[in-house]
Amino acid sequence: MPTADGRRDGADGPRPVNGRHSALTLTVNGTPHALTLDHRTTVLDLLREHLGLTGTKKGCDHGQCGACTVLVDGRRANSCLLLAVAHDGRRITTVEGLADADRLHPLQEAFLARDALQCGYCTPGQICSAVGVLAEAAAGFPSHVTPDTAPSGAPVSLTADEIRERMSGNLCRCGAYPRIVEAVADAAAAGAEVRGR
Amino acid sequence: MRPFGYLRVDSVDEAVRAAAGQPGAQFLAGGTNLVDLMKLGVEAPRVLIDVSRLPLDRVEELPDGGLRIGATVRNADLAAAPAVRDRYPVLSQALLAGASGQLRNTATTGGNLLQRTRCTYFQDTAKPCNKREPGSGCPALHGTHRDLAVLGHSPHCVATQPSDMAVALAALDATVHLHGPEGERAVPATDFHRLPGDSPERDTEIRLGELLTAVELPPPRADARSRYRKVRDRASFAFALASVAAVLAVRDGVVVHAALAFGGLAPRPWRARTAEAALHGAPATEENFARAAAAELAAAAPLRDNGFKVPLAQSLAVAVLTDLADRAAAG
Repeated sequence: MPTADGRRDGADGPRPVNGRHSALTLTVNGTPHALTLDHRTTVLDLLREHLGLTGTKKGCDHGQCGACTVLVDGRRANSCLLLAVAHDGRRITTVEGLADADRLHPLQEAFLARDALQCGYCTPGQICSAVGVLAEAAAGFPSHVTPDTAPSGAPVSLTADEIRERMSGNLCRCGAYPRIVEAVADAAAAGAEVRGR
Repeated sequence: MRPFGYLRVDSVDEAVRAAAGQPGAQFLAGGTNLVDLMKLGVEAPRVLIDVSRLPLDRVEELPDGGLRIGATVRNADLAAAPAVRDRYPVLSQALLAGASGQLRNTATTGGNLLQRTRCTYFQDTAKPCNKREPGSGCPALHGTHRDLAVLGHSPHCVATQPSDMAVALAALDATVHLHGPEGERAVPATDFHRLPGDSPERDTEIRLGELLTAVELPPPRADARSRYRKVRDRASFAFALASVAAVLAVRDGVVVHAALAFGGLAPRPWRARTAEAALHGAPATEENFARAAAAELAAAAPLRDNGFKVPLAQSLAVAVLTDLADRAAAG
């Protein structure tokens, strides 16, 4: 993705240090980090083990549960399946980066207001995923339940069915789904400002 | 996970050259399947050649009215592309029926086609598997195989091809474009995935060192309608037990074009040529759809625990074709 000065992000690529490690730069919640990493390091392990950002959770570690969901250049992804070295120059937003100083993100507020959790382990991933859902629906990305008759590119209204389908990559073993759907619907209805973009 | 080298490349030529010069090299795009398999120990590349930033991320209309889809176009972006939603709805629907929102944002067109089977024995390095370790055996044949193949399998492998997108591409007569050390070539999507025979370790026709660069779609028929329908164990985010991609054109109540492909039944997207031949020129009735689907599925050889897939696929095909015919009749 070109930057304002026309340069491509991470255009030079990661710099190999030896056959197994490279030096790279990743921006996490607005802060650039210059790192030398083992190529095996996932974005999830980088966040938790190297940067001390333990808000992002490790659930299945195989892309099946969504607990590790973060935003990469504003789009949600499973951080357990992303190799950090391949994300040189990218901007990562985690649950720690959603609030505006002391003011929580509208989705964080909505999850609190609806008590949309029990144990809370999946919650950071649910919230980051929901930030992605609001942005995707506003940008006209269809889902499996979007009617064929919906015009291409038009914003999609987030019905409960749409929210359930779009959030299906985030499991909640406590089964807080009804409240999660309500919280996302609240934030969608309030036209929550999409941050992390 | 075993340690590995990493190289980011800026052009297709550079990618192909790098792969040719390094034994044990694999291309990395979205990584949603490859990184998972590396964690499981199923894949252990010595070096990853990162092709995720190659300029192959465009969906372009072709002069003949077809569509060229770059190999690094993300699944979510392809499903949302107006040219796909409006002109090839079966492809958009297939993409949206697969994986989760997070995975579709990351997974690419090329990676989707090259993803490996989700057979549990293939993914478990403690178990034998002819696909993973040729000659070690196939425990799935008499083991856990409820979601595995009923068509096209062999005594050596009963795995299914997991991609939904590939099923739609087969019904759309897409071509897969490959670039290797010996140059470029194109393979029909219907021939891209292989039947296992006695060499199940080879999923596709791609050769060592070849990079999948694009998928091309022929122009859509103006008179046809298309649809993808999938049955799975839960409402979302699960692989297909059975699925159907269909393209149907009806004129004066008679089928003038039918392309039908099944997913979840076979080691490759199963293009139903027998059913298509039975449908061509026949009145577009539910009875004829049922007869055509049954003729195709007569070849099915279910395993002990997956016989349910045959009537399931039969019902799916009839329902989808009937729906397309009804819509054609309604104008």
